[in-house]
Amino acid sequence: MLTKLNSRQDLEALREELVKKQQSNKPRIAICNGTACHPYGCVKVIEAFKSELVKRGLENKVSLKTTGCHGLCERGPIVLIEPGNIFYQQVKSEDVSEILDETIIKGNVIDRLLYTDPATGKKVVHQPAVPFYQKQERLILGNNIEIDPTAIEDYISIGGYSALAKALFEMAPEQIIEEVKHSGLRGRGGGGFPTGIKWESCRHAPGDIKYVIVNADEGDPGAYANEGLLSGNPHSVLEGLIIGAYAIGANQGYVYVRNEYPLALANMTVALSQALQLGLLGGNILGSGFDFNVCITRGGGAFVCGESTALMASLEGKVGEPRAKYVHTVEKGLWDRPSNLNNVETWSNVPIIINKGADWYRTLGTDGSKGTKIFSLVGKINNTGLVEVPMGITLREIIYDIGGGIKEGKKFKAVQTGGPSGGCLPESLLDLPVDFDELTKAGSMMGSGGMIVMDETTCMVDIAKYFLTFLEEESCGKCVPCREGIKRMRQILDDITEGKGDEEDIDLLERLSATLIDSSLCALGATAPNPVLTTIRYFKDEYEAHIKEKRCPAGVCKALIHYYIIEEKCPGCGLCVKACPQEAITFMGKKKPVVLDESKCIKCGACYDVCKLGAVGKE
Amino acid sequence: MDEKVTAIINKYNGDRGQLVSILQDIQAEYYYLPKESLIQVSEAMVIPASQVYNVATFFRAFSLEPRGKHLINVCLGTACHVRGAARVLEKIELSLGIKRGETTKDRKFTLETVNCMGCCAVGPAVKIDGEYFGQMSTDKVDHLFNQFE
Amino acid sequence: MITFKIDGREFKAEKGQTILQVAKENGIDIPTLCHHEAIEPYGACRLCIVEISRDGRSRIVTSCLYPVEEGLEVKTSSPRVISNRKMILELLLARCSKNKVIKELASQMGIEQPSFKPEYLEDNDCIVCGLCVRTCEQVVGVSAISLVNRGITKEPASPFLESATACIGCGSCYYICPTGAIKMEDRGDTRIIYNWKVEFKLKKCKVCGNYWAPEKQLEYIRKKWGLPEEFFDICPTCK
Repeated sequence: MLTKLNSRQDLEALREELVKKQQSNKPRIAICNGTACHPYGCVKVIEAFKSELVKRGLENKVSLKTTGCHGLCERGPIVLIEPGNIFYQQVKSEDVSEILDETIIKGNVIDRLLYTDPATGKKVVHQPAVPFYQKQERLILGNNIEIDPTAIEDYISIGGYSALAKALFEMAPEQIIEEVKHSGLRGRGGGGFPTGIKWESCRHAPGDIKYVIVNADEGDPGAYANEGLLSGNPHSVLEGLIIGAYAIGANQGYVYVRNEYPLALANMTVALSQALQLGLLGGNILGSGFDFNVCITRGGGAFVCGESTALMASLEGKVGEPRAKYVHTVEKGLWDRPSNLNNVETWSNVPIIINKGADWYRTLGTDGSKGTKIFSLVGKINNTGLVEVPMGITLREIIYDIGGGIKEGKKFKAVQTGGPSGGCLPESLLDLPVDFDELTKAGSMMGSGGMIVMDETTCMVDIAKYFLTFLEEESCGKCVPCREGIKRMRQILDDITEGKGDEEDIDLLERLSATLIDSSLCALGATAPNPVLTTIRYFKDEYEAHIKEKRCPAGVCKALIHYYIIEEKCPGCGLCVKACPQEAITFMGKKKPVVLDESKCIKCGACYDVCKLGAVGKE
Repeated sequence: MDEKVTAIINKYNGDRGQLVSILQDIQAEYYYLPKESLIQVSEAMVIPASQVYNVATFFRAFSLEPRGKHLINVCLGTACHVRGAARVLEKIELSLGIKRGETTKDRKFTLETVNCMGCCAVGPAVKIDGEYFGQMSTDKVDHLFNQFE
Repeated sequence: MITFKIDGREFKAEKGQTILQVAKENGIDIPTLCHHEAIEPYGACRLCIVEISRDGRSRIVTSCLYPVEEGLEVKTSSPRVISNRKMILELLLARCSKNKVIKELASQMGIEQPSFKPEYLEDNDCIVCGLCVRTCEQVVGVSAISLVNRGITKEPASPFLESATACIGCGSCYYICPTGAIKMEDRGDTRIIYNWKVEFKLKKCKVCGNYWAPEKQLEYIRKKWGLPEEFFDICPTCK
C-alpha cells in the first residue's frame, strides 16, 4: 500500500525504511523479464522459480525479483544471484530446481550455466567480468538489474526521486536549466540538439500553458534501446520529465509510446499510477506547490509519428502529418502552445545530471558529445543486446570488444547507425569515435540507438533498397519530394537488384537525393537519401557489379543468384525435396544426389536453409 | 448505439486528442474497426466522419476489414532483415496462400508485418497472438502453424 | 515593419507575412500548386521553394509558409532553387504524365520527359495537394472529404469510399483543383461530382427557369445564415 508523501522528509524517511528492508542477508535472485527475453521463455523460468520456492517453503527467505533488460540479450534468459553476483545465462525452466538446491541453498556455482569467454575458453562467474560488460558505462541502464520496474519502492530504495526533491527544494527553474545546459546533454532521439537550450527556449516562449512530452515512438527498425529503458526503468524517465516540467513551467506532460511496445506501455502506466499514489505526480508534489500531471498515449503504427510535429498532431487526434518547423515547437507545438519534446533516453539523463552535477557529467564523453549513449547492438554480431557506452568509444571497440565480433566467424562488412536516416559505415571507419558530429561527418548519424552489424553475406544495394522500401511505406505522403521521390528511388533500386540497372542510375539516384535533402517537408524525406548515399560512397563496387555485371557479390538478390546441388555433399536424404514449395527438386533414391530443376526454382531458399550438410550451394 | 463503443468514448471523456486511443480500444474489442463504430464515434464526439475515416486509414494498427482469428506479425526490422526475414515472410506467404496484409479464406490467420518488435537477439522473429517465436527460418514455418487451431 | 530582400531588391513587410505574400504583392512570380490565398498555406507541393540566407548560411524553404525576417535575403531563382524545382516537376510529371497543367508547368522549365523509365510513368490527375479537402473544411465548413491512407496511396476521398453524405454539392473542390482532377457535371436538373460519388438535384429559378445551384447547398446556406425560405427561389442573374 502506497501512502502519499507530503514532503521531502517523507520521501527520505520512506527511502531509509526501504533501504533497511533491503539490507537483510536474504539471497537475491534477479531474472530478466525484458521483451527480448520473452521469446526465450523467461516467463516460464520466472514461474518455475516462483513455484519451486514455494515448494521448498523458501518464498519468504529468498528475494525473487523480475527486472527489466540486463543487456546481453543474446544469452537470455539471464538470472543474477546474490550473494556472489553470479551471472547465469541461457537458463531454462528445467534448470531452476538445480539453481535453488545448488546455488541458493548450498552456495555452489553451476558451471554449465556460466558464460564462457570465447577468447580464453574459461568460465566467467561474475557479471562485471563478462567481456560484454567491461567497456560499457551503464550509467542509466545499469539500474535495470536492481529494480522491478513495476515497483516504485525499488526505484526509491536505490535513490530514485532524490534528484526531483533536490530540484524542487534546492534549485530555481533557471538554475536547473543552467545545469542542464552546462552538462552538454544533447538530444538522444537523433537530432542531437542541446537539451538545455531547448528547455530555455520553451521556458521563455510566451504563454501560460506549456507541455512536456516524452517521445517513446522509437521507430527505427532494429533499435530497441528506448524500449529496454522505458520498460526496465520507467521511473528514471518520469523523474527526468517532472524535473523538466518544473524547470520549463509546464503542468501537463505526455508520454507517447509506440504501439508495438506493449511491455513499455504497461510498465509506464503502472509507474505513473504508483507515482500519483505517492504524491510524486499530481497536485502539490511533495508539498512543493508544483502541480504536474501526465497522460500516456500509444501510437497507431506510424514511423513518421516519431517526428515531433507529427507526434503532436497525433496527440491532437489527427493523422501524423508533420508541418513546417519555421516556427519551432517550443513556441508553437501541441495545440499551438509551447511544447518541449525530448526522447526517452534524454529525459533519463536528467536526474543524474541534477544529482551528480553538470561538472561530473562533463567528465564523460567527448568535447562535443557528453555523457553516454545506449545502442541496440544487433545483426550479424555475437553479443546481441543493449549496450551503454561513453561517447567517444570507437566502433571497433563496440563491435569487437563488447559485441564479441561477427557471428559464425564471418567477415565484417558494414555497421549501420541512425536507422533509415543514417548510413552504412565500412571497415575503414571502424576506428571512428562514436560521437554526434563524427558520425554526421562520415555521412551517417547517431539516431536513437540502432547499431546494425553486417557481414559478407549482406548485400549493400539490397540494404539501400530495404530502407527505401521501409520509408516508402512510412512516408505520410504529404509532400511531393518524399512521396514521389522515395518511390522513384526505390524503383531504381528494385531494377538494380533485379539486374535491370542502367549506367545512369547512380547519377539519377544522386540527383533525386539532392532534391529530397533540400526540399522535403520533414526529416523523414530529408534523411531518406542517407542509406543510399553512404552505400554509393563506400560500396560503389557492389552497385557496379549489379549494374554492369548483373551479379550480386553477397549472394542475396534473388534475380541475380541461383541455387544448385553440390553433388559430392548430397546423401540423397530428401529433406530439401520436402521443403521445396515448387516441387523443383526430385528425389533420385537413397545415396544418390537429388536433382534441382532451375526452371521451376523460385529462389525462396527453403532448400538452402533446411540442408544442414551444406549440399545446397548459392551463387 | 453500441454500448461498448459508448463506454470506450466515455473512458476517455470524449477527448478529441484521444481519438487514436479510442480507435485502438475499439479495434481491440472487435479485431477491426467496424464502419458503424466509426460513424458512432463521429456523431458522439462531433468529429466529421471524413476525419475519423482519415485517421482510421492512416495508421497501420487499424484494420477496416475483419481480421482472422490469429494475428501473425513477421518482423522486418533491419536486424531481422539482415538475418533473412524476407525469406521467412515469403515462405509464410507461400504456405498460407496469402500476401502480407491479407487474411486466409477460412479466417484463421491474418498476416501482418512489423518493423522491429525489440527481439533483435532472436531474429528473425515472428509473433503470433502475443507469443514470440525466435530464430525463425524457412524450414520451421509449417511446424509453427500446426500449433494454432 | 520588417526590411528584407528578394532577388537583391529591398522590401518592407508586416510581421507575420510570408515571403510568398510579399512576393505576390510586388509582382514577383513564384510558381505554386497547392497554394490559394483563401486557404491556410500547406507546404505540400514544394514548388514555391526559395533559397534564403542569413549570417552566411543558406537553405531551401517554402515561401508560402516562411515568415519574413529582418535582414533576410531571398533568392527565387538561384541555381539551387531551379534544380530542385525541376526535379519536383519531373516527379509530378512522372505521376501525371498526361495532365495538361503539369505538362505545361514542366515545359516552362524545359522539361518534356521525366528522367524515369517509361514503364513506370503514371496517368494521374490528382497531385494530392489537398486543396479540395482544405477548402471543404476551411471555407465551406462541412468537411465532407479528407485525405485518406498514407504515403503513395494517399488521396482525397469520401468517408468509407462511399457517397459523401456531408457534401452539399457546392463544387468548391472542383473550382479550386489546380489540375482538373475533380470531375463535376451539371446535366439538366442534376449535378454529379463523380469523385465523391454524389448527385444533387439543382434548384430551378422561378423567373428564368434555369437550373443554377444544388438545392442541398442552398438549404445549407439558408439555414446557416437564417435566411427566409423563398430567398433562393430566384437565381442571382434574375435578381
